[in-house]
Amino acid sequence: MDNNGITPRLSLAGITKAYPGVLANDDIHLNILSGEIHALLGENGAGKSTLVKIIYGVLKADSGTISWNGKPLEIASPQAARKLGIGMIFQHFSLFEAMTVTENIALGMPGRQNMAELAKKIVDVSQKYGLPLQPDRHVHTLSVGEKQRIEIVRCLLQDPKLLIMDEPTSVLTPQEAETMFKTLRRLAEEGVSILYISHKLDEIKALCHKATILRGGRYIAECDPTKETAKSLAEMMIGTNLTAPRHMDNSDRGPVRLKAHNLSLESTDQFGVNLNLLNFEVRTGEIFGIAGVAGNGQVELLQALSGEKTLENTDELLLDGNPIGHLGPVARRKRKIAFVPEDRLGHGSVPDMSLVDNAFLSAYRTKNLLSNGLINSGKTRDFAEDIVAKFDVRTAGVDHTAGSLSGGNLQKFIVGREMMQEPELIIIAHPTWGVDAGAASAIHQAIIDLAANGAAVLVVSQDLDELFAISNRIAVIAEGRLSASRDINEISIEEIGLLMGGTNSIDSADNQGGAAHA
Amino acid sequence: MLRIEKRPEPAKSMVYLTPVLALFLTVASSTILFSVLGVSPIEALDNFFVEPVKDAYGVSELLVKATPLILCAIGLSVGFRANVWNIGAEGQLTMGAIFGGGVFIYLYDVDSVFLLPLMIVMGAVGGALWGAIPAFFKTKFNANEILTSLMLVYVALLLLSLLVHGPWRDPDGFNFPESRTFSQSATMPILWEGTRLHFGWILALLAALGAWLMLAKTLVGFQVKVIGAAPLAGSYAGFSQKKIIWFSLLLAGGLAGIAGVSEVSGPIGQILPSISPGYGFTAIIVAFLGRLHPVGIILAGILMALTYLGGETAQINLGLPIAVTGVFQGMVLFFLLACDVLVNYRFRFKSYGKAVS
Amino acid sequence: MSGFDWLVPVILTVITAATPLVFAAIGELVTEKSGVLNLGVEGMMLVGAVAAFATATVTGSYILAIFAAAAAGAVLALLFGILTLSLMANQVATGLALTLFGVGLSALAGQDFVGEPVKALAKLNIEGLTDIPVIGPILFGQDPLVYLSFVLVALVSWFLYKTKAGLVLRAVGDSHDAAHSIGYSVIGIRYLAVLFGGAMSGIGGAYLSLAYTPMWAENMTAGRGWIALALIVFATWKPGLVLIGAYMFGGITILQLHAQAAGLAIPSQVLSMLPYLATVIVLVLISKDESRIRKHAPACIGKIFHPAA
Repeated sequence: MDNNGITPRLSLAGITKAYPGVLANDDIHLNILSGEIHALLGENGAGKSTLVKIIYGVLKADSGTISWNGKPLEIASPQAARKLGIGMIFQHFSLFEAMTVTENIALGMPGRQNMAELAKKIVDVSQKYGLPLQPDRHVHTLSVGEKQRIEIVRCLLQDPKLLIMDEPTSVLTPQEAETMFKTLRRLAEEGVSILYISHKLDEIKALCHKATILRGGRYIAECDPTKETAKSLAEMMIGTNLTAPRHMDNSDRGPVRLKAHNLSLESTDQFGVNLNLLNFEVRTGEIFGIAGVAGNGQVELLQALSGEKTLENTDELLLDGNPIGHLGPVARRKRKIAFVPEDRLGHGSVPDMSLVDNAFLSAYRTKNLLSNGLINSGKTRDFAEDIVAKFDVRTAGVDHTAGSLSGGNLQKFIVGREMMQEPELIIIAHPTWGVDAGAASAIHQAIIDLAANGAAVLVVSQDLDELFAISNRIAVIAEGRLSASRDINEISIEEIGLLMGGTNSIDSADNQGGAAHA
Repeated sequence: MLRIEKRPEPAKSMVYLTPVLALFLTVASSTILFSVLGVSPIEALDNFFVEPVKDAYGVSELLVKATPLILCAIGLSVGFRANVWNIGAEGQLTMGAIFGGGVFIYLYDVDSVFLLPLMIVMGAVGGALWGAIPAFFKTKFNANEILTSLMLVYVALLLLSLLVHGPWRDPDGFNFPESRTFSQSATMPILWEGTRLHFGWILALLAALGAWLMLAKTLVGFQVKVIGAAPLAGSYAGFSQKKIIWFSLLLAGGLAGIAGVSEVSGPIGQILPSISPGYGFTAIIVAFLGRLHPVGIILAGILMALTYLGGETAQINLGLPIAVTGVFQGMVLFFLLACDVLVNYRFRFKSYGKAVS
Repeated sequence: MSGFDWLVPVILTVITAATPLVFAAIGELVTEKSGVLNLGVEGMMLVGAVAAFATATVTGSYILAIFAAAAAGAVLALLFGILTLSLMANQVATGLALTLFGVGLSALAGQDFVGEPVKALAKLNIEGLTDIPVIGPILFGQDPLVYLSFVLVALVSWFLYKTKAGLVLRAVGDSHDAAHSIGYSVIGIRYLAVLFGGAMSGIGGAYLSLAYTPMWAENMTAGRGWIALALIVFATWKPGLVLIGAYMFGGITILQLHAQAAGLAIPSQVLSMLPYLATVIVLVLISKDESRIRKHAPACIGKIFHPAA
């Protein structure tokens, strides 16, 4: 418990937490000093989220000790955690879309609030720390970055001693992230401890004083990230050396397969984004990446591409020169287009139906799984088993439900189902989001192989590392507009970051006071 | 500490076990109910479940009552699977009786083998028409089908009352609100001599068989299941939600309409102001108790029919109020829904290690 | 003044027809604001009606009768809560079950009271004020529940939009996951909202059997519980609009009664259809603007909450 004679602000010892079939946390140790920015580093599934939920009182550990300023105690609820001075910024915001900024913050504070006074305090704090916010705006009208500021301000208003941030930059542009780092450094100087959860090595090296590394639910090491290299951190985090996917040769590019010409779409969702005059081409044999912070029109673009939303003007989307904007999903599949949607459970698959049924879902026509109008069960089963075998889907059998598979295995199944229909164009959303490293590299390789065999591939992803690893060309979507595409060798992360911020945005990285999206 | 934990996938065994468990709990609770009402529970249960089916005639009556329940429940179950909450089967049944029975009212002197088939077809059309209204409002105006289909029940019942009190009254009927008695060629053929079991039972079984085939083997059945379980996955696959709303409401309406016409041209034999003791509502219970599965619905339909017969027997023999039947039916559904937690979740007794040592 | 004499009884009956809808709808509105859809309003109204009638007949106390109605409605709502909140049953199916059960239970409990008379709930009579022509009986001649219904709407409005507890309740209905992660007891809050809805439905039923008719008959709600549900959609979940909607429907109900009494040449059945047809038409007109409904409806309505461990 002793850390060079200084009592840590928070100290965890022997924290263990089991779920049915999984040991999410296995004997975890962690010490955070006051004024320290401490990284919790690990892959998806390493047990980071479980651990912070235990610290924040959302979950209870099966065993282990939590000490606060040297005193062992139990954190029974988030309220108890807040009373101690622990604040938490969730990866998925705990915000209420239909309510105002002030109401949202009031909900996170104890007792009754005078709304007018609170609004004033919000403005004060947000100005002090460079986090501009308008108290009476409704949350659903705000950008993701602004939403995160609400969470941060909500914590700051309660004078936190420890601030927990779960993957805070996953929703920010690199520039927005840099601004947030300034705020965090300032807080640390004021003595606030920060537990910073991430798997982004550069960030951690730039920001954190210390890092605790988790892998597979176990404590691996504590280190000083500034003294480590990105490679050594990655090795501790991943454990094994994964083979990087083989990059493709750009000379293989063939004729244009998919062309969007001034593609526009009005969102039917009140919280959605309208697509505004998008132009791009995807050629055979290439992987075209679309980067962007979530909530900038990706959902709408994917709907327009899959045919779930048809276009008013059919000429805005051309396949091999023929208009397809008016066609629905079935007709587009008939033209050898395949789709892997963003949400695996409930969109790409039916969670409560078997893998056999889920194989039928999108492939019944291309794979001729209907005979005389009736479902050919035998053939469908064979197809499902083929996918499982070829894409190494770990399951007890194809009669088990899609919902029973792990994220990575279900993603392999869906990617497999689409690829085995031998598409000439495939559109993939967030191919490896929340997938373990092994499955991710298998999926990347499959995408690259498909393109090498002459298919056109369009990948939409938030993960820049992923896009840089597999794409030939890249464009950025921001606020429903798409940038011009650039060759992957000609563009830097910084440039992409600027594009992600959106050229029309007043809300630039410099954070002018009170700036907000129109 | 008792915790409810989501199962990795729904437990198949529980799907079959929970209806049995629900029945058991209903019977157990009803013994308390009977005691409160001052009747020996054993005697009451005997009157409810054994007495009515002691002889062959009792069994035939059971099937007579089960016929409309199964017909309505089959249609409802398809909708429920697709998350189309049509609860207006009672109104669709009534419209079936009006349309089907209306054929006889206007062709009462026609003696033809085609009369009854025409009545059945028109019954289906009438029910489907009544189902089409909520479908139209739902697909075109996004109006909640639960409320519209239910409101239309009252409208249909009033329409029936209007017709029987007015233009359709039997001219030789001493001004009673009753239609003419149906002629031989407008009456459902009897399947079992000496009983009231009629051709409608065959229609109910055919409906169940057809629904089973449709759900298990056809693309539209698959679409129904997908759209109900994961609407977004349905639109991803290119299935039209609107089409399925229309399909399930027309199907449910049509089958309920057949149930209506087979009541008036079967056991009732004429059109009365009241032609159903709430079959269309009880069918909701039948559909759930039968696990929205055609075979289950046949069994559940027979069981719910037994509660109708049992209620009557208990009223005659023990003086129990007829309303007991409704309480009983409500309890079955309650317990079933409660027990269904076991399908998707499991209970765990869990002792936490103290975080503080 | 005398020219308007016919109007006073019409307005008085509109008030009696609207009041049960106000109670049921405002209670259910609170339930729905917390993100729970309880379709059992009809059933809860019926048990409330029979409980009130039985209590009033047996004890003679109308205050007890109203409490009994609220308690009966709340007990049924508790059943609903246990099923949907603790056992995570489908809310639509459970609501239907509640209505079917309530119909049966009230018929059973009320079988000895069918056809029995009961004195109608006493109306306010303030000398001097109630006697004022036209406005006297309307403003100062109502029974206590009518006044209570107005107070209730104001209170619910204040609670939802001016108190922290109301803010929390709306928050739970807007995003139960966010409310849970901040540390609010989603299930606990929803139980309270469901119980309140049940109690108010019970009182709405009591008003039918004690003031509107006053008598007990099987299924005497005749779909009013469902109309109350439709009213909430009509009002886009705003308490004030619920009040207006309830009086509109009360007006339609009374219009057809008066038309029947006046011996209009339209068959009574057609006139009786009017409230139901009006409900359908109003639903269609309101729902047409899908984005408006989605903007105002609590985002979590009808969704099952299971705190992911």
